[in-house]
Amino acid sequence: MTLLDVENLWVKFPSRHGVFDAVRGVSFTLGKERLGIVGESGSGKSLTGRAILKLIRPPGIMTADRISLEGDDLMPKSERDMQAVRGQRISMVMQDPKFSLNPVMTIGEQIMEAYQLHNAVGKKAAFAKAVEMLEAVSIRDAPRVMRAYPHEMSGGMGQRIMIAMMLIPNPQILIADEPTSALDVSVQRQVLDIMDNLVKERGMGLIFISHDLNLVADFCDRVLIMYAGRIVEVCDADKLREAKHPYTQGLLNSLPRLDEPCARLQVLKRDPAWSEAPSVSGRI
Amino acid sequence: MSMISVENLDVWFGRGRDRVDAVKGASFAVKRGESFGLVGESGSGKSTILRAIMGLAPDWSGQITVDGKAISGRREKGFYKQVQMVFQDPYASLHPRHSVDQVLGETLLLHGFTDIDDRVVKLLDDVGLGGKFRFRYPHQLSGGQRQRVAIARALAAEPEILLLDEPTSALDVSVQAEILNLLADLRVEHGLTYVMVSHDLSVVGHMCDQLAVMKDGEIVEIMAVDALRAMKAVHPYSQHLLEASV
Amino acid sequence: MSETQNLRAWLLTDTPTSRRHAKYAAAYQGWLSFRSNTMAMIGLWILIFLVFVAVAAPLLAPHDPFEQTLSNRLQGLNSDGHILGTDSLGRDILSRLIYGSRITLFIVGLVALIAPITGLLVGTVAGYVGGWTDTVLMRITDIFLAFPRLVLALAFVAALGAGIENAVLAISLTAWPPYARMARAETLTIRSSDYISAIQLQGAGPMRIITKHIWPLCISSLIVRVTLDMAGIILAAAGLGFLGLGAQPPSPEWGAMISEGRRFILDSWWVATVPGLAIFTVSLAFNLLGDGLRDVLDPKDAEK
Repeated sequence: MTLLDVENLWVKFPSRHGVFDAVRGVSFTLGKERLGIVGESGSGKSLTGRAILKLIRPPGIMTADRISLEGDDLMPKSERDMQAVRGQRISMVMQDPKFSLNPVMTIGEQIMEAYQLHNAVGKKAAFAKAVEMLEAVSIRDAPRVMRAYPHEMSGGMGQRIMIAMMLIPNPQILIADEPTSALDVSVQRQVLDIMDNLVKERGMGLIFISHDLNLVADFCDRVLIMYAGRIVEVCDADKLREAKHPYTQGLLNSLPRLDEPCARLQVLKRDPAWSEAPSVSGRI
Repeated sequence: MSMISVENLDVWFGRGRDRVDAVKGASFAVKRGESFGLVGESGSGKSTILRAIMGLAPDWSGQITVDGKAISGRREKGFYKQVQMVFQDPYASLHPRHSVDQVLGETLLLHGFTDIDDRVVKLLDDVGLGGKFRFRYPHQLSGGQRQRVAIARALAAEPEILLLDEPTSALDVSVQAEILNLLADLRVEHGLTYVMVSHDLSVVGHMCDQLAVMKDGEIVEIMAVDALRAMKAVHPYSQHLLEASV
Repeated sequence: MSETQNLRAWLLTDTPTSRRHAKYAAAYQGWLSFRSNTMAMIGLWILIFLVFVAVAAPLLAPHDPFEQTLSNRLQGLNSDGHILGTDSLGRDILSRLIYGSRITLFIVGLVALIAPITGLLVGTVAGYVGGWTDTVLMRITDIFLAFPRLVLALAFVAALGAGIENAVLAISLTAWPPYARMARAETLTIRSSDYISAIQLQGAGPMRIITKHIWPLCISSLIVRVTLDMAGIILAAAGLGFLGLGAQPPSPEWGAMISEGRRFILDSWWVATVPGLAIFTVSLAFNLLGDGLRDVLDPKDAEK
């Protein structure tokens, strides 16, 4: 079943030197799956994620033939209607939890507020729900964590709390923008496992934006590879290592590997044709 | 004899009740021309060791020896001609109002060179940038180009030892490959000794001959890279780190 | 035509070929982004006009600003040859306004030189050196900050004697502490940045680091702050003039003019209102300019 259908998405930034196209005609669909979007900085992957929620700030301009969420087109919706979509139906987890949590409120207050915003319940019920949510993201001793302030949390804890908060309204789609890049490798695993379990249990769609090819190959079902604002290749995650496009291959080969030592790393040679060719469709 | 050695190094911040011990009893030695890696997760104290060697962390005890000379207190000028450092974030390590020419020119002037113009051109060639980048400002450069400028600045004094603090962690993988290749070439050309800090085992595995694994300010294991590649870590924490990175 | 286009391309290049070229190109690009801010341009034009008026005062003024004609006192707007009327001594208000712009510029210029430079010196040294130096310098700053500004200026003028130079001195003495605090705060963040560590590793001493690396970054935000404060400085000068402690009669200082006109505010409103409007316009112009400069100069926004 298709949850999200994006067709011909463009994001443009007018500047003194003309209009800069940051995302150029991207189309893809998302079912109940884990869809990875990979690319280097400036490839437009994060903007694609933001554009789905219509979070492009002026002077940026976004256009699309269609962004439909379960058949409901988001493009004509007003800013007010979009606020009902953001958080409720599509949630987003950002890279650094420190910037996403309010530093002067305890974690418990923030989670309960988020829950009460979406559900007309009393304080007690909200508290019980918040504890339940924190336990769902494998936080032991949830009541103590609820009394803590964001700065008392480690990066991994903060990111789990963010995920818990994002999942409270039971959204159909979770967009995770580099959710683990600020975390240490050992914590990365835990956070990914938690996210994976939740997505599976609830039958959600996940858009996982990352620069890390290996991580995406392990974690996702399907991968879109973006370069210079367009999708250059779409493939199944387990077949990422056999990717055809020279850009994808170049990226994979430029990674140092422990099991295959070499004197020099391969350097990616960029072909201007890659950025001029039309975007590959990621629709099924 | 070792080019740089650290013995029983403690580094701490603050005093009294607020004292935080960032590095506890670290010891290692690096031979001339060798490349040594320090690996660990954030907060393990790996960067602090480099900062202590350079004199950027004021409170430390233990012994740091560079080329047979023990260093203590204020670093002399000659020290900075021998040891230089490249910082992690190329976006933060260049003065936002100084052009590449100013950055390199001032560094050369401070080290007492007189043929500054020729040397600036040579340095830019060495790091693969070339003359057309000479008068640009940092905001006109990409991350990889900035890091090349930072490397050029570190090389200006013609040091023998380069301390590299996560030199590629802020860069894309394709740019990382270019910078790592550049660093490998420079090491051969100039006969440099490297001490490289990284959280990425595969980067250290590629660049270094020996490495130390750090956890909570302590070195838990020192091993050769071949042992790392063969997944033969002894300490359970290093094993755990290895498993997580493959 | 093609020559101007060539010049433009030369200035907009990404690959400057010499030190001078790089400087010009950076300045031109700053000017372009400043120019796109309409409000700031309006502010700039008003100030250019003010400078022009001050320079060309003898040519522009229709009458002698000091010539008294008691028979002709308190004439209304646009009455035989006096476009803005006359004051209580029958002096032409327009001419006095035009000559008064010289005094205003003099005050603004001197204060803008003394206060920020003192503040910059104190703040950066305190911030960079730290320790006891910092404590001592900042406590002195706090003492100055603790007094209400106008009261402190009043005390200084009372001690030094009334007069325009002493007013400038008094205003500067009360104006520098905020700059010192600001420069110190910025120095603290700059001091711990990697590019300062990097230059320390080249063996640079504190003098070089403060003057060549910290000042250029502090100065831009100071300039912005000064232009934003300029309005307050003009008003403080006017306030001192109003209280009779600034410019002395018959000097046509704008604040003193309001003070004189105050007595007739009900019957002859223009005598106080016209210089009031002049102060308002110039203050507004400085504020607009400051806002525009912030967009161009503030290094935190410059990279976006």
